[in-house]
Amino acid sequence: MHLQSMYQEIILDHYKNPHGRGLREPYDGESFQVNPTCGDEVTLRVKVEGEKVTDVSYDGQGCSISQAAASVLNDLVVDRTVDEAMTTMTAFVELMQGRGQVEPDEDVLEDAVAFAGVAKYPARVKCALLGWMAFKAALADAGVKPNGAEVQ
Amino acid sequence: MTTTAPVTQPLDVAALRADFPILARTVRDAKPLVYLDSGATSQRPRQVLDAERKFLETANAAVHRGAHQLAEEATDAYEEARAKIAAFVGVGVGEVVFTKNATEGVNLLAYALSNAATAGSEMERFTLRPGDEVVITEMEHHANLVPWQQLCQRTGATLRWLGVTEGSDPGRLDLANLDELVNERTKVVAFTHQSNVLGTVNPVTPVVARAREVGALTLLDACQSVPHGPVNFAKLGVDFAVFSGHKLLGPSGIGVLYGRRELLEAMPPFLTGGSMIELVKMEETTFAPPPQRFEAGVPMTSQAVGLGAAIDYLNAIGMDRVAAHEHALTEAAISGLQAIDGVRIVGPAEVVDRGGAVAFVVDGVHPHDVGQVLDSLGIAVRVGHHCAWPLHRRLGIPASVRASFYLYNDLSEVEVLVEGVREAQRFFGTA
Repeated sequence: MHLQSMYQEIILDHYKNPHGRGLREPYDGESFQVNPTCGDEVTLRVKVEGEKVTDVSYDGQGCSISQAAASVLNDLVVDRTVDEAMTTMTAFVELMQGRGQVEPDEDVLEDAVAFAGVAKYPARVKCALLGWMAFKAALADAGVKPNGAEVQ
Repeated sequence: MTTTAPVTQPLDVAALRADFPILARTVRDAKPLVYLDSGATSQRPRQVLDAERKFLETANAAVHRGAHQLAEEATDAYEEARAKIAAFVGVGVGEVVFTKNATEGVNLLAYALSNAATAGSEMERFTLRPGDEVVITEMEHHANLVPWQQLCQRTGATLRWLGVTEGSDPGRLDLANLDELVNERTKVVAFTHQSNVLGTVNPVTPVVARAREVGALTLLDACQSVPHGPVNFAKLGVDFAVFSGHKLLGPSGIGVLYGRRELLEAMPPFLTGGSMIELVKMEETTFAPPPQRFEAGVPMTSQAVGLGAAIDYLNAIGMDRVAAHEHALTEAAISGLQAIDGVRIVGPAEVVDRGGAVAFVVDGVHPHDVGQVLDSLGIAVRVGHHCAWPLHRRLGIPASVRASFYLYNDLSEVEVLVEGVREAQRFFGTA
């Protein structure tokens, strides 16, 4: 196995220099999620104005995959509409649950395509999805109804 | 009688490994498997697999019911396994109850105690009420923690716990306030024999002595001790003990609850139904004597036979020699890992009263990521909180990496582990 297939440079860069990390005010919804198998946790807040996600702030502890995924999430959903964010989330979940068989769409997923290698390791898929589960729950907490996407 | 080589004679690990087919396989691009996760589950020798298969091919039947020849032979095989297991841990054959796993054993006791609350006054000694206390420790596996939390919630009793030491000899059970925590209100003291994270072997004698003084029942979680050295429950003086088959070279789906005969005879059952009865009428039922009283339904049979074969296998080697072998591996692992800058051992560094579970953290590299690098080198370790989340929280770490050894590991594998940890540091740029 080549470690680089999982730990692509993009992932390590996000891990070492996370985007948008730290909890900020004001916010409309918040969620705390844990991965019960390893104890990793994330607290994530969303700020929504009209149709738009205007901020995602987060804090927590976790492995490089979970931390990098939260950083990429921040890039992919801030200043996008809720619907666009949901479309991205659906694509990301599909990629992560695809056991490495799903060809990612770089136009939609941008840096998140780097997680294609992680999808081959079922034990790490939860790490990559932890922040996204928190995002979905935080939107619900903010009273925003997501349509379509299912994060398991 | 089995003939056992003297303790001083080292194990012939190469010969032993030939008994474990899985150890010959490769993983992750043809890397030899380095299996250092026996604390989670052990691998099984051919002798265990053969015993299960032979039983199923020649004698399989539902035990303790039916009068045909297969039923007789199956029942004999099941009860012979019980006898071997009882002798292995120094207790009477009627004191060994088969369960699905050790977790079920703890739950069996916890639910029997709550069932006592709705039984007659003869169950008074087993009854918990508000004001009563259950004492556990901060180093428990969730299996010996959550059932007691739940029992306390059901009965209104209070859960208390012994702490873990810090300072010069960290990771030991803190007995400084034993007499205060275990007091006349205490009904149950449940504690682990050997921590599955710290490797600490706890002093059973003072805890049992104090529990006896105040009339509390004791339960020992022996999952991590019975597989790795000689253990005699009768000599330890505990009232109850649990361990699992799959950590003991045996099958999954079988565990053992030991209970002192007099207690099992007095205790109400947990699960009810077939097999565990004496007389059933539409209005009421009387129960069979133990151990059958606690084995409702058709039990796991080939698993019991397999566990019996695992015990034969270990007896032929000698548990003293197994313990001595693992002691050497543990010493080598701790000194090798401690020699790496940025690696900290979680638990006692001194290999005294310490078993072969070696947990550690690597500064700047999350345990999951350490585990992934090790996995890429063919090394199987456990990462996470190892079902001891409160202990990790107490130690101020989210998770750890744990290497755990058994009789089939050798010093070259310890070296591969230590080199693998260095590789993780290089990969994540912390070395």
